[in-house]
Amino acid sequence: MSGTRLRLLSVATVITLIAGYSLAAFYAPMDADQGFIQKIFYLHVPMAIVALCGFVLAGIFAILQLRTDDSKWDLRSYVAIHVSIILGVGVLITGAIWAKASWGHWWVWDEPTLVSFLIVFLLYGTYTPLRFSIEDRTKQARYASVFAITAGAFVPLNFAAVRAATATVHPRTFDRTGNLPGKMALAFLVCFVGMAFLYWLLFEYEIAHKTTVARLRALKRKLADDDDGARARRSAAPELQVS
Amino acid sequence: MRPAVSALLRKELRLELRTFQVIPAMALFSITTLIVFHFSLDEDAIDGKLAAGVLTITLLFSAILGINRLFVSDHEEDGFDGFLLAPVDRTALLVAKAIALFAFLVVLEVVAVPAFDVMLLDPELLSADAIGQTALTLLLANLALAIVGTLVGALAIQTRARDLIVPLIALPLLLPVVIGTAKLLAPTFAAAGAEALPGRWLAILALYDLVFGLLAYAVFDFLIED
Amino acid sequence: MTAAAIELDGLTRRHGEREALSDVTLTLPAGATLVVFGPNGAGKTTLLRVLATLLRPHGGTARVLGKELPGEGWAVRGKVGFLGHASLLYRDLTARENLRFHARLHGVDAARVDALLDAVGLKSRADDPVHTYSRGMVQRAAVARAVLHDPELLLLDEPTANLDPRAVEVVEPLIGAASGRTRVVTSHDPVGGLRDADLALGLRGGRAELLAPAAQVTSARIGELYR
Repeated sequence: MSGTRLRLLSVATVITLIAGYSLAAFYAPMDADQGFIQKIFYLHVPMAIVALCGFVLAGIFAILQLRTDDSKWDLRSYVAIHVSIILGVGVLITGAIWAKASWGHWWVWDEPTLVSFLIVFLLYGTYTPLRFSIEDRTKQARYASVFAITAGAFVPLNFAAVRAATATVHPRTFDRTGNLPGKMALAFLVCFVGMAFLYWLLFEYEIAHKTTVARLRALKRKLADDDDGARARRSAAPELQVS
Repeated sequence: MRPAVSALLRKELRLELRTFQVIPAMALFSITTLIVFHFSLDEDAIDGKLAAGVLTITLLFSAILGINRLFVSDHEEDGFDGFLLAPVDRTALLVAKAIALFAFLVVLEVVAVPAFDVMLLDPELLSADAIGQTALTLLLANLALAIVGTLVGALAIQTRARDLIVPLIALPLLLPVVIGTAKLLAPTFAAAGAEALPGRWLAILALYDLVFGLLAYAVFDFLIED
Repeated sequence: MTAAAIELDGLTRRHGEREALSDVTLTLPAGATLVVFGPNGAGKTTLLRVLATLLRPHGGTARVLGKELPGEGWAVRGKVGFLGHASLLYRDLTARENLRFHARLHGVDAARVDALLDAVGLKSRADDPVHTYSRGMVQRAAVARAVLHDPELLLLDEPTANLDPRAVEVVEPLIGAASGRTRVVTSHDPVGGLRDADLALGLRGGRAELLAPAAQVTSARIGELYR
């Protein structure tokens, strides 16, 4: 993405997020039971949904990588997972804060979405160690892609299983997301869009960073006319083929 | 593909019978685990959810041990090359390995389940119903373990930290199977006698088997080719 | 039309950031022998593995036995015999069991297994596990495996490395110049390698530094490759 478009996206993200959280804080009604802390829902849930979509997106990029053998898809898959993991940490932390505020415990097993998310997070946590443990770059890309596809398919299956397993004795606010009252729905929607922008922004930034580094390295290699690339450090990050 | 699967399977079974790399380790580990459970829980007559959990955990971790060793003999001597040079469908290896792993798991359970029954399970609970239901549950669970195990085993064999990677990746992936197995075994080992199996969980396990079966079929080629 | 067994045009294969094979172009007619020289790491084994369809080309084109790689690789597999550094045999199985396994994979009759074991002089030890064999015996078993399915093209990575002269004689009719098959052989022996070859390829750093009919190449020229 070009510099101008990136700047535009940054501005759009900031505006949407500020608008969303202002709406959430001041416009949306206060929850009778939980008070102000319930508003963390506007942060936690969009983050979770976007992160999960990111994982599935990474799976799609991985399919493209396997089909075309073009390292740019591997890079996108890697970055998608990276950003989703970052958001994932946020989900777990905000989830814990919310749990503590609502139920007095930092963790509850009753909440299927949170539990499913933890499982998914643990699974994707192995993505980077997996990449790092494979030295050959092409193999690394291929195996990481297989992993991303398998894990991506696993996400919905996992959520279905955990949801079925958890007794819905304590229905939570976002179980009823389907029928949010109007004001909450609007605030939620704006926060969601803002979070999606944020994901997109972080994604594009990391892609731009990695692409630039790859180009720089290719240029350096050309200047030095260096054929012996054996000095390249072992790395979990995808290697871009830039000519 | 059938002759290739048959040839591969015969080779797997013959190797296992010759070297005993997989089954004894799994079986012994399961018995040791049951003993550890006995002492750490300080129980010898458990039922219901606790019984289901103990058996599920024991089988799961023993299976992980087996998965770790599934591709070891192939990896030595550039083993995959021999298969890759043959004019056969690559997926034959997936099918053969999964069938072999399934067979190994059945042998494991033939040892572990009676041991579990003798050592930990409340003696009144062993009825024909309970045995039948356990068998059905484990059948579906084994299928899942075999498919996921072969997939993760093939993935891990080419990495450096192979023995770590297998449990790290396989365990989260298998969590729905863990949930399903426990949910099916709990009523089976119910204190008042085996209750009917919750159909929903049979369906979920079967669905998992189907989804992962198709997924493994689709991606396996990429794991062994270069 | 063309009777070329191998046609390479600008073949490239990367390994990490470097190019293991870089822009290799050659044509090898059917029935001819190509000898490949080069220091370690020059790309000899990579070239063999690409021809065997074990590795995909990353650039250029490669046609083996008239089929284009990697797309038509599946059509080539049953017709290529590969003998690499690894024996591709399961150490805990006997030679007979190993060969029978490969025979089944290739759709070859079991009788051929016995015939080949006899031909490589392993008949008496055929039912002992491979891990009890000496290196020479393992190599002979590997040769049997490589020619089991009567391949049109042989890809041999230093085939006589672990064999004493007697054993070399034994395998000669199967994988040597007299076998009548198209062969690609890697070698570190300039004199012996050139003698049995029609075409000589010298690789260094993945690039073809030398490509000429074997008769026109001197051992001294080969020696320069290693400097």
